[in-house]
Amino acid sequence: MVAQAEDVIPQRSPLMAFMARWLLTTNHKEIGTLYLWLSFTLFFIGGAMAMVIRLELFQPGIQFAEPLFYNQMVTMHGLIMVFGVVMPGFVGLANWQIPLMIGAPDMAMPRLNNFSFWILPFAFTLLLSSLFMEGGAPNFGWTFYAPLSTTYGPPSTDFFIIGVHMMGISSVLGAINVIVTIFNLRTPGMTLMKMPLFVWTWLITAFLLIMVMPVLAGVVTMMLTDRHFDTSFFSAAGGGDPLMFQHVFWFFGHPEVYILILPGFGIASQIIPTFARKRLFGYHSMVFASAAIAFLSFIVWGHHMFTAGMPVWVELSFMYATMLIAVPTGVKVFNWVATMWRGSMTFETPMLFALGFVILFTIGGFSGLMLALVPADFQYHDTFFVVAHFHYVLYPGAIFGTMAAVYYWIPKWTGNMYDERLGKIHFWTAVIAVNLTFFPMHFTGLAGMPRRIVDYSLQFADFNMVSSVGAALLGMTQVLFLYIVIKTIRGGAKASTRVWEGADGLEWTVPSPAPHHTFETPPAFPPIMDENESTSLNE
Amino acid sequence: MNEAAPRYYVPHSSPWPIIGSTALFVTAFGAASFIHQSTEKVAAEGSFGQPIFFTGLALIAFMMFGWFSIVIKESIRGMNSGLLDRTYRMGMAWFILSEVMFFGAFFGALFYARIVSVPWLAGASNNLETHVLLWPDFADTWPLFMTPGGDATEAMEAWGLPFINTVILVSSSLTVTFAHWALRKNSRLPLVIWLATTVVLGATFLALQVVEYIHAYTELGLSMGAGIYGSTFFMLTGFHGAHVTMGTIMLTVMLLRCLSGHFSSENHFAFEAVTWYWHFVDVVWLFLFTFVYWF
Repeated sequence: MVAQAEDVIPQRSPLMAFMARWLLTTNHKEIGTLYLWLSFTLFFIGGAMAMVIRLELFQPGIQFAEPLFYNQMVTMHGLIMVFGVVMPGFVGLANWQIPLMIGAPDMAMPRLNNFSFWILPFAFTLLLSSLFMEGGAPNFGWTFYAPLSTTYGPPSTDFFIIGVHMMGISSVLGAINVIVTIFNLRTPGMTLMKMPLFVWTWLITAFLLIMVMPVLAGVVTMMLTDRHFDTSFFSAAGGGDPLMFQHVFWFFGHPEVYILILPGFGIASQIIPTFARKRLFGYHSMVFASAAIAFLSFIVWGHHMFTAGMPVWVELSFMYATMLIAVPTGVKVFNWVATMWRGSMTFETPMLFALGFVILFTIGGFSGLMLALVPADFQYHDTFFVVAHFHYVLYPGAIFGTMAAVYYWIPKWTGNMYDERLGKIHFWTAVIAVNLTFFPMHFTGLAGMPRRIVDYSLQFADFNMVSSVGAALLGMTQVLFLYIVIKTIRGGAKASTRVWEGADGLEWTVPSPAPHHTFETPPAFPPIMDENESTSLNE
Repeated sequence: MNEAAPRYYVPHSSPWPIIGSTALFVTAFGAASFIHQSTEKVAAEGSFGQPIFFTGLALIAFMMFGWFSIVIKESIRGMNSGLLDRTYRMGMAWFILSEVMFFGAFFGALFYARIVSVPWLAGASNNLETHVLLWPDFADTWPLFMTPGGDATEAMEAWGLPFINTVILVSSSLTVTFAHWALRKNSRLPLVIWLATTVVLGATFLALQVVEYIHAYTELGLSMGAGIYGSTFFMLTGFHGAHVTMGTIMLTVMLLRCLSGHFSSENHFAFEAVTWYWHFVDVVWLFLFTFVYWF
């Protein structure tokens, strides 16, 4: 073959070889690894900012952070966690797993894949550099409402805007790659309704990304021109409206929150059947529920703006549409529980995280229903109740989902089993710490503690102290996770091909660790699973 | 098609993506600094942003040249199986969808201004007190001749230059289709003539758009700063114009590639992708003409 000629690489120093490997790679596994490490790195940076926030809120009064700096921490924490941790984490999993799960030789556009990844470190360099600029980093919250971000935004806001543009380009290109890979490179025989659910949920996620990331690009562009080129999109004196910012932003923002959770749904739907040793209950309804959630996500954005000023009939329409989302979500939760019903269950770490996901995410879903009610929302709006709600869906939802996926697939990636004892310690401390941190926020929020304020009234002191202790524990737990991951990469019990006794799917037919190139010829589907070979840790 | 080609061609490591992301970073950093330093909001401390920005753009052009060169070479060597062809088709289609949504954001802003914010400022719905207290003299008109803050402008007439531009752009969509038909029949001369005509029409459209902008700024008082009418007018037509510029450049490249004999009657997806893009730009213009100029 002609292409082989390019394989002959001249001798390089180890550093050059290392750089060349990771900078120039077109391999979906290497790019997946890059995404995951970027996400993990930013997880600790964003986490450190959360620690500053919790340290300041440990007691009432202003101890460690000036109000302006506190606002910067709140803003950057949100931006980094949403755009730098959860999204790249899921893209990393998609890169590793989608080709393995559908029997593809790689992502459909491998060079574009490299491009999508390497935009991100630059984008976050730009975003983080704003911390050191005159006037400080963006300080208007991750939702960057006008006019806080237009008329009153610090000079670094322009760097934030350009950074968001870069993240948008990366996400859209990555999403196109995912969709095309799924539509074009499935192994013969794998029809759409036979795809693993992780692939299905990522297909829908990628569709959402393509639909809404350009809208985000549009809204930050309007911000930029309002700031510097005299336009009046968000200025009433020119006939525009600051409220319009919220409409355009949340048209992006609400589908965005499903972008942050749908792959997690897919992960739970892979893991629970494996450890319940049963087929997934209600596969078709899972697919349709995911699609229904994606559709509804486009017509509910106004529920973020109930107190901002809309006609009553508009508020009611958004309220009813929002409450409808509980139906497909309920279908999903029912199906996960029904999958476990009379299953032959074991509780390895991935399963624990998946179960934590199902239970705690559902709590976040319920508080979401409470927030969906227009009259109730007038009380909850902009309080810590909202903070509790979205941290319940993001931490035990998106983050636990990602961690479950890492434990579930890391034996396939590295060829080594992780340390099950440490994994269980990680799970139990994390699950306790998550609840310790975020559950009290429901109470302070209902009692009226506003979010995004550096100081608070004395009566909230006890619950805030509990939250801060929980947060410190939660932060330390993730250092343990880092240790577990590194330990697994460096060694451990050898993983078999199938890894888990109940595992099913094409990714469990390739050796562990998965070779550099897999499925250069399309595999047989449905796969023939090796019944005898498994290293279930409970044996 | 090369018999030895694998089922799906997976390229080996490539320097172009990292050159591209570096170029994008240089452009982004330069753009942010440039905007910073060229407006009064920040005291100008020497404008290093501008050269960095243009360096970045040059790097992006270099990257695109290099990247597309290898893709073209692969295509000519027959590495493109049917599956890879489908990949490119799907990729282009989804990319155009993302572009549609980008314009959707600005159309959304236009409709919001016309249906919600301007009437509300004049007291519609339950906003009578806002109107009376803030700007009692403000009247709800579209185009917005007088903003609440007192900026005045005249409206752009739809049936002058904009209509001529509509005719030009719609004709260019036809000529590019004629070029495509010629390419499918391997008729080289009509292909080159029709494609060249399309490029000329695109360039004419852009030239007339410049004339229109000068007219708007110097005679109508219609500028970016002329309130929400000016804002939506210039952002929508401006981004559209930027896309026409890109499209014209892409068509020119296709013309050069046709002259170099890169395409065959079966294998010419790059050409088709550009025609898709061109039709997309055309459809966006029809919406613009209807909602920005006409009604």
